[in-house]
Amino acid sequence: MEEQSGKKTELTCIRCPIGCALTVTEYADGVLHVAGNTCGRGEEYGKKELKNPTRILTTTVRVKNGSHPIVPVKTRTDIPKGKIGDCMKAVKRVEVEAPVYIGDVVLTDAAGTGVDIVATKNVEGRG
Amino acid sequence: MRNADIVVVGGGPAGLAAAAAACMEGIEAEKILIVERSGELGGILNQCIHNGFGLHTFKEELTGPEYAARYIAQVEEMGIPCMPDTIVVNIQAGEDGKKRITAMNRREGVFEIEARAVILAMGCRERPRGALNIPGYRPAGIYSAGTAQHYVNIEGRMPGKEVVILGSGDIGLIMARRMTLEGAKVKLVAELMPYSGGLKRNIVQCLDDYEIPLKLSHTVIDIDGRERVKGVTVAKVDGNRRPVPGTEEYISCDTLLLSCGLIPENELSSDMGVALNPATSGPVVNESMETTVSGVFACGNVLHVHDLVDYVSEESANAGRYAAFYIQHALAEEKEGKAGGQRNKEGGMEAKESFSKKKDCRDIAVKCKGGVRYTVPSSIRLAYMQEEQVIRFRVGDVFRDARLVVRLNDTIVMQVNKRIMTPGEMEQVRLKKSKLEELEKLEGLREITLSVEKKE
Amino acid sequence: MKRYDIIVIGAGVSGSAVARELSAYDWKVAVLEKASDICEGTSKANSGIVHAGYDAKPGTKKAALNLRGNALMENLAGQLDFPFRRNGSLVLCFDIKDREKLQKLLERGQENGVEGLRILEREELLEMEPNLSDKAVAALYAPTGGIVCPFGLTAALAENASVNGVDFYLNTKVEVIEKQKEGYRLEAGAETFFSRVVINAAGVYADSIHNMVSERKFHILPRKGEYCLFDKTVGDYVSHTVFQLPTEYGKGVLVTPTVHGNLLAGPTAVDIEEKEGVNTTGIGLEEVLKKGALSVPFLPMGKVITSFAGLRAHEDGGDFIIEEAEDAKGFIDVAGIESPGLTCAPAIGEYVAEIVKEIIPAVRKQDFIAKRQGIPSMAAADKEERKKLVKENPAYANVVCRCELVTEGEILNAIHRPLGATTLDGVKRRTRAGMGRCQAGFCSAKTVEILARELGKDIGEITKAGGESVFLVD
Repeated sequence: MEEQSGKKTELTCIRCPIGCALTVTEYADGVLHVAGNTCGRGEEYGKKELKNPTRILTTTVRVKNGSHPIVPVKTRTDIPKGKIGDCMKAVKRVEVEAPVYIGDVVLTDAAGTGVDIVATKNVEGRG
Repeated sequence: MRNADIVVVGGGPAGLAAAAAACMEGIEAEKILIVERSGELGGILNQCIHNGFGLHTFKEELTGPEYAARYIAQVEEMGIPCMPDTIVVNIQAGEDGKKRITAMNRREGVFEIEARAVILAMGCRERPRGALNIPGYRPAGIYSAGTAQHYVNIEGRMPGKEVVILGSGDIGLIMARRMTLEGAKVKLVAELMPYSGGLKRNIVQCLDDYEIPLKLSHTVIDIDGRERVKGVTVAKVDGNRRPVPGTEEYISCDTLLLSCGLIPENELSSDMGVALNPATSGPVVNESMETTVSGVFACGNVLHVHDLVDYVSEESANAGRYAAFYIQHALAEEKEGKAGGQRNKEGGMEAKESFSKKKDCRDIAVKCKGGVRYTVPSSIRLAYMQEEQVIRFRVGDVFRDARLVVRLNDTIVMQVNKRIMTPGEMEQVRLKKSKLEELEKLEGLREITLSVEKKE
Repeated sequence: MKRYDIIVIGAGVSGSAVARELSAYDWKVAVLEKASDICEGTSKANSGIVHAGYDAKPGTKKAALNLRGNALMENLAGQLDFPFRRNGSLVLCFDIKDREKLQKLLERGQENGVEGLRILEREELLEMEPNLSDKAVAALYAPTGGIVCPFGLTAALAENASVNGVDFYLNTKVEVIEKQKEGYRLEAGAETFFSRVVINAAGVYADSIHNMVSERKFHILPRKGEYCLFDKTVGDYVSHTVFQLPTEYGKGVLVTPTVHGNLLAGPTAVDIEEKEGVNTTGIGLEEVLKKGALSVPFLPMGKVITSFAGLRAHEDGGDFIIEEAEDAKGFIDVAGIESPGLTCAPAIGEYVAEIVKEIIPAVRKQDFIAKRQGIPSMAAADKEERKKLVKENPAYANVVCRCELVTEGEILNAIHRPLGATTLDGVKRRTRAGMGRCQAGFCSAKTVEILARELGKDIGEITKAGGESVFLVD
């Protein structure tokens, strides 16, 4: 009976300011059921958060000879939530040479996600 | 003395959008001047490296620096001059309508600028520990969330390893995630109120994602550590926000971040005689974002604290446009004055230049009732009103399943059912000018009232 | 071994005043201070009041030095360029039954030699101070009362002493004092010192220093006082220093403008044992605001910008101990300097110099520099002065602290002057950068950067106030 009742996860929907408290139940056959939502977007959100949660990672990268010591960066698109730690590790090792411009790729295929990490600010050379 | 049509004080998102809009409205670019106290344009967005900006404006999710860069590029393309590393010390509104701005920078020392209009866009500051009156020692390691954000995102340095955050404002939530990603352990976010002051999205993606606990109705009642923070004592608070004895918990940490609210920076404004609204700590403005000093406009976080930068841009563009109207009007009047003739009572000029001579140019108050804490604007002049007027407001408490009601005099003209309204999220309604005019004709419009009421 | 004629222990206001006075004579003088900066103890956290002198019991050292200190202050402020204002003080009486006490206070003041004292009736009082509670029935008015910047006074004295040849050793805590034939051997910091005369101005630690050399032990009790400081926008709520007449409910707190234009309320008075116990408490701060509101009913709680606590060095006997220890020749105590110690400081300097003259013959220096110039303030300067400063150094146009309008020029001055700032608090106290309503939220990072650049350090090495008080952990 335990299996049939499924595994429950509590979430807060963030698709709108209401912030419905969702309960997503995952049954043994992989079927997901969302409860507590007010609209279709809540159901969609609940399922995605369980099956394939993704996030955009934003952080900074060291800059050599720049007007600033670091440049902010982001993953060009969202990456699996579980890969955030690996991407942080990978990006920590990166150092770029100034100048750097918005959109410049500072790391390709971060931690095997297939997603590039790009600069989000212009940093000119020193002087 | 330098001369300008418009001086914009502050080169953050508000100042940039206002300057660009004034230029688009016909003010020559070189007659606008943006004065910025830091070394670069973009304001606080430069350290807000997280994403989530621009969904409304650009229909895509940008980071803070990217969002700023779009406006910076626009201002640069237009050729609007900007003075970085320059502080405005004082503004005086003269009898002649001219504004005299005293500023300083390394290159030019102390100097004055004379302007026809001023747009205040200085932003806000964070509420410091002292204002919260948190007892305890005064060691290093207590930062406002924004200061910590500066160290991490601009300097690339870490202000702490084990962190407790007081206040669940958005910057605090964002920093909880940011410092966790950089290897710090964020042990707790304590919030005095029974609800969070931050956006839901940030609670989920910055706290829940990293299993950082959020304790509502909790506060820091003691700070330990003489040189560097060693720990804090957190306690539950009762309905009057008083600590409940017996609920104290000591949490060892080397850092306390404060994210307890933002305060518009209006020292310049009040020094020049601009009236402030105690509810927002920002200037009282009418539909034109014009303050109580004629020709002085305000927008962005200096006016009232926003949660979304998109709305700052929209509001500021309005301020810029209206500042442009103001100048065009002033120029037209000057011209007439020089011609020596008496001014024609009706007509003769373009509509927007003759507003002040229309009789419906009086201020119609926008009033708050039942849970609505403030509105921006707080008055409307029908003559200046655009076809649609956005009224932004915040509520003073959490309201579930309530109804937002807008009345013109005693007539309900709009009611919106709201599943939830919280103090942390800015709300808005759009008023149609036609509705106002209708009532004006019918019985004379005296006041507009916004209130939160029970659902029927 | 470093040899001196006189070593002063403690660079608080008493030690600095003594050092400055001694520096006028041909003696070799050093000051040893355990903290990383001057004025780090009791002298930095107090009411900043220059008392008129009606409080102390006639015939005590407190009474005599108070009067003398008060009289010296104005001239000294001009000579050494520190903020002082004779704003006058009021002691409020809330109960008609206490009128007699007010009269006694007046008589005591007159006996002490305080000039201009008189009792004001309610009407005149409220005319003078419209924001006072109308529950006040009368008040003692002392026109000679004043306010001073405690740090400004201490820094002025210490800097001037330094310019006149006194060596200051910071981060130098005295661990051992040994009586020798012709004087004392001291181990402090990493150094050994020898000095003919030792002056103990160690504040709340004066007992442990004294007890190292004397068998006639005494005990200093730290008496904690908590304060709330208000925004400058309400700095003119009162223009006089407003005390409350002690009643059966306690001593009361004062509400006063500060020389910098803020409003200050406090202190509480709680005896503690912990000599570093400068933490504020919920109860204490609440008491300050509650009692303060008795005098000024509309005390704007929302305008508090910071709170702090200081320790008064109370000696069990109740009067100042300023004398050569009976059983330790050449060892002079300056102990138990609680209120009105700040007022007395210049007079204490003179008094101690007289004692020293009895021990070592004195020759007055020909080249003594009596004047000192403080750090210019852009905030206080008028347009022409501002232009002049910026012309001298463009850094005076680069604003670092926007709340108090403090520029890079002032911070550079603070770092590079005699006994210059090496910490964030050091810069803050000398220039007021970070003292404003945002309490250094914006400027601390910039100030730290300037300190690091000027001192040739990494920003991670800069501290708030020495020791482990670092800002960064990486």
